Amino acid sequence: MKVDAIQNGIVIDHITAGLAFRLYNLLGLDNLDCPVAIIKNVNSGKMGKKDIIKIDSKHPINFDVVGFVDPKATINLIKDGVLVEKMSIDMPQKLKNVIKCKNPRCITSVEQEIEHIFELTDKDNKVYRCLYCETKADI
Amino acid sequence: MRSLIDIIDLTPQEINEMIATACDIIDNPDKYSQKCKGKKLATLFFEPSTRTRLSFEAAMYELGGNVIGFSEANSSSAAKGESVADTAKTISCYADIIAMRHPKEGAPFVAAQNATIPVINAGDGGHNHPTQTLADLLTIYREKGGFDNLTVGFCGDLKFGRTVHSLINALSRYSGIKVVLISPEELKVPSYVKKNVLQANDIPYIQTTNLEEVMPQLDVLYMTRVQRERFFNEEDYLRLKDSYILDLPKLANAKSDLCIMHPLPRVNEISVAVDSDPRACYFKQVLNGKYMRMALILKLLEEAAR
Repeated sequence: MKVDAIQNGIVIDHITAGLAFRLYNLLGLDNLDCPVAIIKNVNSGKMGKKDIIKIDSKHPINFDVVGFVDPKATINLIKDGVLVEKMSIDMPQKLKNVIKCKNPRCITSVEQEIEHIFELTDKDNKVYRCLYCETKADI
Repeated sequence: MRSLIDIIDLTPQEINEMIATACDIIDNPDKYSQKCKGKKLATLFFEPSTRTRLSFEAAMYELGGNVIGFSEANSSSAAKGESVADTAKTISCYADIIAMRHPKEGAPFVAAQNATIPVINAGDGGHNHPTQTLADLLTIYREKGGFDNLTVGFCGDLKFGRTVHSLINALSRYSGIKVVLISPEELKVPSYVKKNVLQANDIPYIQTTNLEEVMPQLDVLYMTRVQRERFFNEEDYLRLKDSYILDLPKLANAKSDLCIMHPLPRVNEISVAVDSDPRACYFKQVLNGKYMRMALILKLLEEAAR
């Protein structure tokens, strides 16, 4: 299978196999009108299998989302067809307006204007909790 | 602006200072009777409460201050759809300090972010109830002379019992504490409380379903009610509500200086016959709640004035 190299944009590489769609959805990539490729289950020397997302656009993405979904993923910035920067993304300490609290008793479930904020409370186990009610987030 | 949303917002040193203030209020009430003259406490109770609201009101009156507020959501602008944030901003124009109870978890935190006066969380759903914890701490302090090296048993609804989680959190900061968790399987302490509080602070704890078996070990027994309002399913509530009932025969093997506590209201989880036992401390706890709320109001108003 051949997917063209992108000219100007972002490649999210080394995504844990199976997480690309979650990342695609949370990044809101379905709203872009540029070419976006999701490549699943690519053979990888280090990871066995991995997913890759290619975005052929300078449209900025929320790196916190990448760190939240899969801190093992890397981000490659491409300019004029050349890799200009390669970045690792750490898990963000705070995640703002990316996911919603699932606790029906949380104040965010009834007041639409409140920002949905989660804090990293256990980095080893990737645990984020709602800032308001402390309910654990689904990753 | 300093508010109190969670008991861990207060350092152990601050709690000790508030306990000292509360003890001084108990010994010298006249000294404090005009401390809040000209100040107004707004009690914003979006959920019914007798004890906590009246305790706050009594506390403010005994400090010489005044009280405004409402006791149910239907008599507030919330019934018209006003947000917590707007309510907090509005009340900041009228009062000097807010005590808020709300059925939604995190609502007092939202209020504190938007108010220009201190906000006290007077209970947010099944989440936090820090002033109950302050009442509990003063009771333990006055009955046991301190907090170190106590074995504290928690019995009943340890899953939804916010007072239990807050008190475990507060006690975890003292040395030599041992915790005994007594509950039916379905109402055990959530795993995150065990992991983030008990295990993280190296607090020895045991979990059991048998109250009588562990009774001889306990210095403090904290009973709780299985709360109907925390269940989505009425059948589950009915099945679990009578899991533990403390009566005099169950106390046969208890220590002579056991301190029996309960955040109240009780339904039937402590037999009325226990009330006359000198080890019953739950009505002292109510009184202690008022004194600690007085100490808290004083502290937050003094800090706001700086």
